[in-house]
Amino acid sequence: MADQPSKAVVYKTEALIADNIDAYLDQHQHKTMLRFITCGSVDDGKSTLIGRLLYDSKMIFEDQLAALEQDSKRSGTQGENIDFALLVDGLAAEREQGITIDVAYRFFNTERRKFIVADCPGHEQYTRNMVTGASTADLAVILVDARKGILVQTRRHSYLCHLLGIRHLVLAVNKMDLVDYSQETFEMIVADYAKFAKTIGIDSFVAIPISGFKGDNITAAPSKNTAWYHGPALIDHLESVQIDLDFVREQPFRMPVQLVKRPDLDFRGFSGLIASGTVKPGDLIRVLPSGKTSSIQSIVTFAGVLDEAVAGQHVTLTLTEEIECSRGSVLATADNSPQVADQFEATVIWLSDEDLHVGRSYWLKLGTQTVSASVMQPKYEVDVNTMEHLAAKTLSLNEIGVAEILTDKSVVFEPYAENRMLGGFILIDKVTNATVGAGMLHFSLRRSQNVHWQPTTITRADHAAMKNQTPRVLWFTGLSGSGKSTIANEVEQRLNLMNRHTFLLDGDNVRHGLNKDLGFAEADRIENIRRVGEVTKLMAEAGLIVLTAFISPFRAERRMVRDMLAEHEFIEIFVDTPIEIAEKRDVKGLYKKAREGKLKNFTGIDSPYEPPENPEIRVNTVDMSAGEAASHIIRSILPLK
Amino acid sequence: MTRHANLTHLQRLEAEAMHIICEVVAESERPVMLYSVGKDSAVMLHLARKAFYPSPPPFPLLHVDTTWKFKAMYELRDTMAEQAGMDLIVYQNPEAAERGINPFDHGPLHTDMWKTEGLKQALNKHQFDAAFGGARRDEEKSRAKERILSFRTASHGWDPKTQRPELWNTYNAKKKKGESIRVFPISNWTELDVWQYIQLENIPIVPLYFAAIRPTVERDGMLIMVDDDRFPLKEDEAPRMRSIRFRTLGCYPLTGAVESEASSLAEVIQETLLTTTSERQGRSIDQDEQGTGMEKKKQEGYF
Repeated sequence: MADQPSKAVVYKTEALIADNIDAYLDQHQHKTMLRFITCGSVDDGKSTLIGRLLYDSKMIFEDQLAALEQDSKRSGTQGENIDFALLVDGLAAEREQGITIDVAYRFFNTERRKFIVADCPGHEQYTRNMVTGASTADLAVILVDARKGILVQTRRHSYLCHLLGIRHLVLAVNKMDLVDYSQETFEMIVADYAKFAKTIGIDSFVAIPISGFKGDNITAAPSKNTAWYHGPALIDHLESVQIDLDFVREQPFRMPVQLVKRPDLDFRGFSGLIASGTVKPGDLIRVLPSGKTSSIQSIVTFAGVLDEAVAGQHVTLTLTEEIECSRGSVLATADNSPQVADQFEATVIWLSDEDLHVGRSYWLKLGTQTVSASVMQPKYEVDVNTMEHLAAKTLSLNEIGVAEILTDKSVVFEPYAENRMLGGFILIDKVTNATVGAGMLHFSLRRSQNVHWQPTTITRADHAAMKNQTPRVLWFTGLSGSGKSTIANEVEQRLNLMNRHTFLLDGDNVRHGLNKDLGFAEADRIENIRRVGEVTKLMAEAGLIVLTAFISPFRAERRMVRDMLAEHEFIEIFVDTPIEIAEKRDVKGLYKKAREGKLKNFTGIDSPYEPPENPEIRVNTVDMSAGEAASHIIRSILPLK
Repeated sequence: MTRHANLTHLQRLEAEAMHIICEVVAESERPVMLYSVGKDSAVMLHLARKAFYPSPPPFPLLHVDTTWKFKAMYELRDTMAEQAGMDLIVYQNPEAAERGINPFDHGPLHTDMWKTEGLKQALNKHQFDAAFGGARRDEEKSRAKERILSFRTASHGWDPKTQRPELWNTYNAKKKKGESIRVFPISNWTELDVWQYIQLENIPIVPLYFAAIRPTVERDGMLIMVDDDRFPLKEDEAPRMRSIRFRTLGCYPLTGAVESEASSLAEVIQETLLTTTSERQGRSIDQDEQGTGMEKKKQEGYF
């Protein structure tokens, strides 16, 4: 049977559609849905397999097939046969280069299920596209060429699938037709893989000998050529494994709140996608992070109220008590609720061309929560080809490491292994808005649970009132030699004459004490500014007008300090002196040293300066003297009462 | 629903779409829903109404009009907007109107000016930073590769090489001023899913999807319906009455009909399933330049 293309042999649906469309629709309506990915080395035949699945389930139409036949003749790699790969490689660049770059989503049905297939690229440089596909999959089909056995890519893909929490792995040993359907070859590959799988913690997998090209063991097993095989056909297996959603439904109830609905004064509902468990009216729930409890009053939907809702449904819940709950809160079973913390250990996958900046503030989005977060220096990086742990200072594109994550606000979470929706997060660059990383939380760090805020009686407002002034942070930024310290010094003197309580933090001075352990590499510069930011914040809380004179070359760090402070408190002053002028002055002789190569990472020479886009105040020391610049600044910030 | 029954694929697709719509509304300043009056738009609008119930969806509908849509589409458009309690913005590219751009004399320029340019102008004019569209991944090869949230530059271009990774259902809707995202809540639906959902939820659709006797002429191998007297008939040509219906709807002079007797939803679905050609075959827009037509159009800002 598997020798010829099994066009309509297995899916008996066609007759049903023609004879009794209502019966067919009833059947189709009750199908469940499984999402899976296909991955493997470049020539293992992923696209051919998917083409085969679509073809066998009649998801390819005649006009597409005609176009495919033409394409196959023009640029196919299968001689006179149809090249199914051309069907799924949809982008021009992919067709030109004959490789898969981005995930393609394909759809087909059998009598029991609808399937969404993510066809993932095999090359290491497209790892970020592969994790996109893997993140939503219930199952992974890992293809191996029977002639080649387990390759480096097979190991990498298996590791990534396991890392992203895919619970069902299928080892599809493909191209069996090219090894004469040898049982021995198959069993050797399976044994090889089993040994490897154990080392990375994969407990079980299902191995199937197939030929995507000829059709063996795809829809029925065993095929004539593999009579020795006693396992399921690929489709049978796909139709019977447990779907992830049905697994999490048995877990405790959790729903991240997406929106609060207030159509009128009498109605207050909380909408979201149920992440796990089930919920009924009357259930006692806890709102996190506040920890307050209430009960479910009703489950409201467009189609009427429900008696029960389950994981995977999008619903609106009303509560019996008016309690604090907003977007980002999580509703959970009262007696078994998730943890809240601000320090974690996590596995981080880096997805950006620009390396991870250790210590820099990124947006971290987890479920419906978005907070500021920084990633500490990785404890180690995982070599995705050998699974070795390597020492790492940072993470580059497609690298995976384990690191601590600190957030500026508490996050409601669960370990990723227990709940993908409450344990998986993305990292977003605050300047470019690109998604630069993805992570999976392991656990919260004990110290975060043990460190609490101690409320104090004298507030920041009391401190400010005592000094009869409004606290401000005058943040001077600019190149070395631009005149930051000179102007800041002048401004502080004038403020003192006006009886204002001030403090000037100077870059050079801070590096003699608080930050004397830091150098000038990018990560150190980020940490330098973070510490200065924290000190500045304490001083502002004490009611002072703080002046800082630091090159502070990166927008992201200046932004981080701005975010730490109260609104309007941070005043960015750009000392906009061109580099030629600053270099000509070269008061400290630093430019000369940098030009001679004696000083590394010097801003403006071999390290970038990112000028402010919208500084509150802009001055320079070319068109105005330091005194004039100081007067301009004072005029801009008064009255400060 | 039955206690602890597994969710069906349609229930899951519905929840996924509602989640996407709410998420984008929560994270953008000025969202809008592109409403083309076709069956996919009808489903998307229905999902938005479900997502925000008991409130109406907190964004307007935008119809980028070419002035050449079927009459029946204009009628349903106005009814549906009113029923949903949503504002309807109808935008027609003034330059295309002034130059009298039409599908008969201007070929591809018609789509380019009215649709692609018109859409960009409308989005710019109203400063929309997120636009929902009813495109599906099963429609076309480059769509199959597009993310659910598709980031566009200030000039509305799509760069397939720099798509943002999109993990789990955690969507990154952040963008700078001037930039925007196109959002496809029904990315993972197939044509069959859309039809079945319309049937199960009783969603009103344009009657042209059902077979009826209509006046037609043949042009370049396509059956075109003569919807109004702007249609330039050849000398001695008279429209022929045929029992036809449409699988997709667009500008009437560019949309090919199929001969059909299917007058109920079940019959339409039956025909759809037994047909041997894909849905977009009736549209001339995809069939140029060796299969890269849609990818190129999207890079230029087409939905």
